[in-house]
Amino acid sequence: MSVPKTTAPRLSARRIEKLGFASLAGLSFLLVVPIIAVIIYIIIKGAPAISWAFLTEMPADGMKAGGIMPAIMGTIYLTLGTAVFSVPLGIAAAVYLSEYAPENRWTRAIRIAIINLAGIPSIVYGLFGLGLFVIFLNLGTSILAASLTLSIMTLPVIITTTEEALRAVPYAFRVVSTSLGTSRWETIRRVVLPQAVPGILTGVILGLERAAGETAPILFTGATFFLPQLPNSPLDATMALPYHLFVISTQVPGMPIQIQYGTVLVLLVFVLSMNIIATIIRSRARARRQW
Amino acid sequence: MDKIVIEHLNLRYSDGTESIRDLSLAIPANAITALMGPSGGGKSTFLRVLNRLNDLADVVAQSGRVLIDGQDILAPDTDVIALRRKVGMVFSRPLPLPLTIYQNVSYGLEVAGERSRVVLDKAVQEALEKAELWDEVHDRLGDPAIAISGGQQQRLCLARVLALKPEVILLDEPTSALDPVATARIESSLNDLEKEYTIIIAPHNTQQTARVGDWVAFFLQGELVEFGPGKDVFTRPKDKRTEEYILGHYG
Repeated sequence: MSVPKTTAPRLSARRIEKLGFASLAGLSFLLVVPIIAVIIYIIIKGAPAISWAFLTEMPADGMKAGGIMPAIMGTIYLTLGTAVFSVPLGIAAAVYLSEYAPENRWTRAIRIAIINLAGIPSIVYGLFGLGLFVIFLNLGTSILAASLTLSIMTLPVIITTTEEALRAVPYAFRVVSTSLGTSRWETIRRVVLPQAVPGILTGVILGLERAAGETAPILFTGATFFLPQLPNSPLDATMALPYHLFVISTQVPGMPIQIQYGTVLVLLVFVLSMNIIATIIRSRARARRQW
Repeated sequence: MDKIVIEHLNLRYSDGTESIRDLSLAIPANAITALMGPSGGGKSTFLRVLNRLNDLADVVAQSGRVLIDGQDILAPDTDVIALRRKVGMVFSRPLPLPLTIYQNVSYGLEVAGERSRVVLDKAVQEALEKAELWDEVHDRLGDPAIAISGGQQQRLCLARVLALKPEVILLDEPTSALDPVATARIESSLNDLEKEYTIIIAPHNTQQTARVGDWVAFFLQGELVEFGPGKDVFTRPKDKRTEEYILGHYG
């Protein structure tokens, strides 16, 4: 008569769990490494180029010397120009989809269109902008045409994030407001939109950040190689950071590498600081939220 | 005098839930009418007919007439905004808007176009006094409404309705999320208010129905089984189903 010996498992459930978590943590860390590495690399390479003159002066000597001020200003113009068109339109579209649109075939078609719009390669936007704004509407290669092109590209981001922000506002607020003798629009204006503002802002900034960093859409619609002066009107073409970077990296022989990395660093700081602002807005709003 | 007369009201939602079948009822003015019955019996739906809040829901079929002061509010040309100012509603959970205490009370008036600070201040104070909340919040009107207790929030919701000077007040299980003390305060407010307003309440239990209902309507599965003065309904119910419900045989 013998009791069968039970062999202890080599790995207890606890240890397997620990191992699993450790490998997941490792993988997540690996994800962060390249981003940090890129940023550090660019800072090390680009920082020596950064100076007050670099940020505020016109390029000189066939762009091999001097600053990148017109490219910085151009990117600011384009970002603001994009905001002018895409923010009101995007928010209006999101309000319609979230608050007014009936669930029918037409609405579904709009949603599918928006999702697809987000997936279109940016160069296609560029060509579309060239066809519609530059040639057909005769706006020429201009800040206006480039802003409109970037707006179309930005719209899906703004629409979807705004819609999400609106839907996150509890439905009960709408019912309560309606019960107090408030029309649908007044309810949206006084209760829903103010509550959704942080979410909307986050979406707007993320959308504009993408617009600020894009090259392809402005390639044929508004960006130019070199300008001896800043643009005078929205109908002038402009220099822009991403396009400038493309030019000085590929089109100018004997370009000092320092200027290239300096330009990258400026663009990166521009885009990252927008990202950080969005994050701050979001976390602050979350702390203040009353629902 | 009857404030609200309902004639052959029928209503059905698209998903087949809670409906009302051939309801006829006359609701007296300046009294509390309590709607009694198991949940799903149509009380909440009925309340939402009276301020047309059902417009937000997916109602597929509605027929009959609902006359308030002789006007059929189901008529297509009804001004629902004006109707909702006249027929206010308090919900089952305290649902302050994400605004300050003051703004919650002034909200309806400001939407209605009132701009004068003096008028608003006065209306806010009056409404909060009527809802027996003024003494507790008068020194913190600028605080977020969410910062006060649940019972206070529900009285704030009542004040918010009162600020619009309504004629009818609907309350849908207004104390279901409150403790007994807070519940008692709401009930005492209602007893003071019934002299000026027509109040229709769906109490959240039979005891509350007995306490507050001058008139009691018993709803069962979308039908009005019995309607009469509260005392009569509880002491000598005419319908066997009412008696069984009061004795605790349903829900």
